[in-house]
Amino acid sequence: MGAPMRSIAAVVIGASTGGVEALLRILPALRGDASFSVLVVLHLPRERSSLLVEIFAPRCNLPVREVLDKDPILAGSIYFAPPDYHLLVDDGPCLALSMDPPVEHSRPSVSVLFESAAAVYGPHLLAVLLTGAGSDGASGLQAVQRAGGMTVVQHPANARMPQMPEAGLARVTADHVLTLEDIMSLFQALPCAGRA
Amino acid sequence: MNAVPPPSVDDVELRLLVEAIYHVYHYDFRSYARASLRRRMGAAMAHFGCRSLSELQGRLLREADVFTELLEYLTVQVSDLFRDPGYFRALREKVVPLLRTYPSLKIWIAGCSTGEEAYSMAILLREEGLLDRSLIYATDINPSALRRAEAGVFDAAKVPDFTANHRRSGGRSSLSDYYSAAYDRVIFDKRLRRHIVFSDHSLATDSVFAEVQLVSCRNVLIYFNRELQSRALDLFYEALCRKGFLGIGLRESLRFSSHADSFAEFAREDRIYQKVDG
Repeated sequence: MGAPMRSIAAVVIGASTGGVEALLRILPALRGDASFSVLVVLHLPRERSSLLVEIFAPRCNLPVREVLDKDPILAGSIYFAPPDYHLLVDDGPCLALSMDPPVEHSRPSVSVLFESAAAVYGPHLLAVLLTGAGSDGASGLQAVQRAGGMTVVQHPANARMPQMPEAGLARVTADHVLTLEDIMSLFQALPCAGRA
Repeated sequence: MNAVPPPSVDDVELRLLVEAIYHVYHYDFRSYARASLRRRMGAAMAHFGCRSLSELQGRLLREADVFTELLEYLTVQVSDLFRDPGYFRALREKVVPLLRTYPSLKIWIAGCSTGEEAYSMAILLREEGLLDRSLIYATDINPSALRRAEAGVFDAAKVPDFTANHRRSGGRSSLSDYYSAAYDRVIFDKRLRRHIVFSDHSLATDSVFAEVQLVSCRNVLIYFNRELQSRALDLFYEALCRKGFLGIGLRESLRFSSHADSFAEFAREDRIYQKVDG
């Protein structure tokens, strides 16, 4: 896989069922000198206090945090949406949260993140839709594509739950339909500090 | 940060729309966080069958009814009774013992929406034997939300969640003591409501109206930009008595307050702060 031709300011990732194991493969593949930010929505049961930072921080080369409202978006950091809040990219850019009603039965919703990020980053965005039941993320993927961003969907046959990738592919012709292995290679090829 | 594109047509339209609302209806959404506002306006556009924000603006300027309806999209927040039970447990276990030392109590629920938090607070104070000397100010900018809050009527389907939250918050009575059920609704006891004053107040444009021992403002600041967050927190600082308490949402922070140093963490995990001299 060749390196993407454009500069990427942010990578947004959406996942549901099977998402933890998929993310455990691809997030550790990100290099420690990445020059972009990574924003992740993973559907989780509402009541469970999130252990995502504890799970991912020791395995990733980049700092991992769960978002607090209005956090600045630092290059080379991984941010997870907190349970039961929507995560949005706001002007600044900074991160914002909302308690608006669930979208596609989900809060946080992948589409809410993708659409808000598309509005701020335009063509400098890479969106990755991973395994999951349901159809959250499909309309967000479309917004990313319309804004000129790059879209990647996990190959449904490679996903633990194919519905979410399938719903995404029904909505857009993705730039790439990839296995987790290929997504890892793509991440390796993304711009890093000093070799952008 | 990498290149950010210049403002899009949508951005410009959004800015003009919130200016128009401010000038005509005196509601100030100019310092609301853009991303959420954009989503809510998008939902409103679909509801009104408008193809652009400019079209929506045209209708707003000419039809007051449209604004009343739009306000529902821009502000109403559905919540639960005893949402985040840990917060109420911390109030009960850590804050109430100090509130007891005051001969009379005033509490401000800022951004009360349809009243869930105000009723939760009233029930908590009743259980702690403090309600009779308490007055709860519950404020919001949305008049129809305030009317619903005042009516104290909630969907019966939500009661099992409310009851579970109440129990987890350390509730020592049965929630059913405080409401009566009728068909698919429950109505909360008027004896709770006697201690709550619901009133119209804007954190964006109004000033402080009373001295209070506790401000609870949860998941309201997330809809504001940093400047408006700072304004709201300034109001809370002014309203609070010496050593008064402030509770905010679990994923919110006081970082952007000019008084950030004047609030000490009191129950860190539950986002309860205490005003310190300074």
